[in-house]
Amino acid sequence: MKTAAELLQEKFPEEVVEVTEFRGETTITVKPGRIVDICKTLRDAPETYFRYLSMIAGMDYLPRSPRFGVVYNLYSHRHHNRVTLKALLADDNSPAIDSVVPVWSTANWHEREAYDLVGIRFRGHPDLRRILMPNDWVGHPLRKDYPLRGK
Amino acid sequence: MNGAETMKRTETMLLNLGPSHPSTHGVLRVLLELDGELILRADPDIGYLHRGIEKMCEYRTYHRCMPLMNRLDYLAGEVNLFGFCLAVEKLLGIEVPKRAQYIRVMLAELTRIASHLFWLGTHGHDLGAMTPLFYAFREREKIMDLCEMVSGGRMFPLYCRIGGLAADLPDGFIPAAWDFVKTFPEKHQDYHALLTKNEIWIERTKGVGVMTPDEALDWGWSGPMARGSGINWDLRRDNPYSSYEEFDFVVPLGRNGDTYDRYLVRMEEMLQANRIVRQALEKLADTEPGDVKAKDPRVSLPPKDAVYNDIAGLINHFKLIQEGITPPVGEVYQCIEAPKGEMGFYVVSDGSPQPFRLKIRGPSFINLAAMDKLARGRLLADAIALIGTMDIVLADVDR
Repeated sequence: MKTAAELLQEKFPEEVVEVTEFRGETTITVKPGRIVDICKTLRDAPETYFRYLSMIAGMDYLPRSPRFGVVYNLYSHRHHNRVTLKALLADDNSPAIDSVVPVWSTANWHEREAYDLVGIRFRGHPDLRRILMPNDWVGHPLRKDYPLRGK
Repeated sequence: MNGAETMKRTETMLLNLGPSHPSTHGVLRVLLELDGELILRADPDIGYLHRGIEKMCEYRTYHRCMPLMNRLDYLAGEVNLFGFCLAVEKLLGIEVPKRAQYIRVMLAELTRIASHLFWLGTHGHDLGAMTPLFYAFREREKIMDLCEMVSGGRMFPLYCRIGGLAADLPDGFIPAAWDFVKTFPEKHQDYHALLTKNEIWIERTKGVGVMTPDEALDWGWSGPMARGSGINWDLRRDNPYSSYEEFDFVVPLGRNGDTYDRYLVRMEEMLQANRIVRQALEKLADTEPGDVKAKDPRVSLPPKDAVYNDIAGLINHFKLIQEGITPPVGEVYQCIEAPKGEMGFYVVSDGSPQPFRLKIRGPSFINLAAMDKLARGRLLADAIALIGTMDIVLADVDR
């Protein structure tokens, strides 16, 4: 049976940047452009069947460039395994990626959180507002250049 | 005069449920759009309890993150810490002694019972059943006492350590735990007697907040919420950690995916948790007392004898105290079956003593996200039942 990494390398050879293994976990780094297609494939293909999105983490890798990234952790109830999907975003000033809400409804709040705390825009998100911070808050607290005590 | 002119002008009403409302289980505000008593839209407004735990952890050593972990889902404080320690241990590649694994399992299951008891009491209370609260807190108090015995903290024992436990169990704990385990199934009958066949309870919960298995997966539900919809999934059984594969327990499932089924699932989970505690106590008898910390110089302080008489021991001691734990560069995701669902920790290390990034996947946050879906078209009174059945803790939602 094909693993998620093999499946993606076969179907999206242009998109897969890197596959790493660490402590028994597979992390697949992909280009952000076709993230929705990639997620749909991982969700529906019988070899992977990742019907469940565990979490989305917005990342700020300052001082590295590309600075921003989005990490998806997927779980398959059929195979009881996980895969981590990582997309590094090209634009260091206004990071953006397509929303995966059409693939998993649960992505809605995860993406709102990543938008609120890290400042990543999710294109096509149905309701991209701040979620934890107040609506009139300035800045994105989980960015590395945001001071610990605010202001 | 035509009909349109005689009709009264109607508009929907916006109602604030919370942020300080006894049935919102903390500071949650739900903005409800109502047509009479029907809910057209429910928009949970969260963040009142946001403490920036993920941000704070980036500035703290791994040890100093641990008290914050207790304060995520504070009704099951030690379970969160358990998950965090497992994540850091995975990052380091450390194996914890069997005795520590069993004690952790035992505490996690006791905490699960305590968390479910709190849910039972408050959920019942929200829907007009006052008595279960008193019965549930009777047993919860005993678990709090057990937690107090191990470390002095009732809500926040802070007993787990990276690599094991702070200390072995104190004298008198094992008999006290046996006492609880033996009496709990009988007390559990009381809760059933109060609610399970209660006509009002059934009316208020059956058919309320129905989730099909496909929807539950789509909405990222885990734990008892998913199992109430019939999804046969339990991380303890399917991706075992901390020796859960050695324990024998049943994963209860619901059929209709409604509030009543989730009630039955959680009720049965308490009994199963009790069974696990019993097995853990039996297994503990076969382990070496005192063997509760991995003998790995990266996480455990050397014995005092080595600190005083041996330069390597002294350096090891100072490095750990002054610098802290320094895991290798890498990233791991470790999740555990917390009482409310999948509690996950995504830890990214850049090799420094502080986590580069710690993302916490709290089950309450995810469960609450489906509020709008469940509430649409239901009565206002059902919103209270929905908040109760989600078993949210706002500290876990907001982090």
